[in-house]
Amino acid sequence: MGLFKMPSLGADMDEGTLLEWLVKPGDAVHKGDVVAVIDTAKSAIDVEVFEDGFVGELLIEPGTLVPVGTPLARIDGDATAAEPQEPPLPPEPEPEPSPPPQSAPRLTPPVRHLMHQFGLDTGDVVGTGPQGSITRKDVLAAAGESSAGGPPVAVEPPASPAPSRARVTPRARRLAAKRGVDLGTLTGAQVVTGQDVESATPQPKVDRTAAMRAATAALMSRAAREIPHYYVVSTYDITETLEWLRDFNAGRKPRERVLPAALFLRAAVIAAVEVPALNGHWEQEFVAAEGVDLGVAVATRAGGLVTPRVVGAQALDLAGLMTHLTDLVKRAKAGRLKASELLPGSITVSSLADGGPDVLYGVIYPPQVALVGVGAVAPRPWVVDGEVVVRSTVTVTLAADHRATDGRTGARFLTAFGHALTHPEEL
Amino acid sequence: MNQTQARAVVVEALADVAPEIDVEEFDPDTSLRDGADLDSMDFLAYIAAVSEAIEADIPEDDYARLDTLNLAVAYVTEKGSAAGS
Repeated sequence: MGLFKMPSLGADMDEGTLLEWLVKPGDAVHKGDVVAVIDTAKSAIDVEVFEDGFVGELLIEPGTLVPVGTPLARIDGDATAAEPQEPPLPPEPEPEPSPPPQSAPRLTPPVRHLMHQFGLDTGDVVGTGPQGSITRKDVLAAAGESSAGGPPVAVEPPASPAPSRARVTPRARRLAAKRGVDLGTLTGAQVVTGQDVESATPQPKVDRTAAMRAATAALMSRAAREIPHYYVVSTYDITETLEWLRDFNAGRKPRERVLPAALFLRAAVIAAVEVPALNGHWEQEFVAAEGVDLGVAVATRAGGLVTPRVVGAQALDLAGLMTHLTDLVKRAKAGRLKASELLPGSITVSSLADGGPDVLYGVIYPPQVALVGVGAVAPRPWVVDGEVVVRSTVTVTLAADHRATDGRTGARFLTAFGHALTHPEEL
Repeated sequence: MNQTQARAVVVEALADVAPEIDVEEFDPDTSLRDGADLDSMDFLAYIAAVSEAIEADIPEDDYARLDTLNLAVAYVTEKGSAAGS
């Protein structure tokens, strides 16, 4: 038996609000299952359990703000042990509560999120995936049945006034669906716009932008206070690497194509493996990480900054890393990350958008000891065989913690990074 | 594919990638990458969505031809007809 507690999702979090339970007492859970949604300053987070068992009592009501470490639920027994081991008895359904089959069809957090957006419940959607699980398609189909198909305006006009239907912009319709607003209750002058929908829906109680700013402020102040940074900088000619990437992508569908951003991440992973002294945490002394949990700095749509991590990034090849990154960034931008992704990475990469600044001097995320800043790729003058020619170059900056390493180690990291970046066939 | 259909395809793809853009009020000649602030990942997702909607490949060399709303509508009108029938 164990307790499921309010997790600490990063060095800057001391409390969180339980938004929603995704399980009920009696449900069997396995390590890694998402059981609750928690609201932190930065984002709504899907939180996983770390043991197998059955959900016992739920100790905290949704909507409650509690400090990190507060028990949220009891996890009883061991689900694997409780499942028929070597069927000595006829397979018995799980203990008592929860009538077995129709109890919560399987669905992934993104799909659940999508259902919420359409205001649908699991009962409204017929699952066609494996074992009756609900897929994205199923949700869209169910949403289509109830909303589209009819006239472009998916709501009935208010009973009494307004004989003619107001026009509704697509954005307004999307926002309305997302926020559960009845468009018929809105009166735009002639056309209902996104703004009308926005003003009709009070924003969630937390000012997420301000909270995020405060969280970043606290963490970066700590970094500046505690970490004696040093910087080493190198510029690389990646003209041939980009040509290689063009060939690599030529036969691939858009969704399978790899962006230069993934090259930089892959190069950072390779360099972190080669120079383990920069891959880990400072806790009184340096503690090397076992794998590379690569932090990726992502600007959110709301204007904040999050650095979710790719756990075990050393096991992913270039295409695998790209796939992972696409999913991670999409969810990070929308403020929809998993708890395990918000724990501190072992090293972080930050790169500003294309066409951004030439060089990025980063600030390290405690308790990490290094941050890789990637500048903009652009055609620049470059010397080849004594001649100045135009090449595509990128400048990469390593910020490192001088308590943990010296400049020499940082230089070795950049050498490894540069080698990886200019030998893409080895990526 | 006619212009209206092409526009619907482009608008839908953009809506998925950048829900904060109000297409009605958006200057159709603004660069999506520079003006609308789509980063390379957003832009790729947008290309992928258009490509899947018109069931035609969009090679990297064509990306610039989808960089504004107007350009993209013209591109999709042309490509969509070729692929469609």
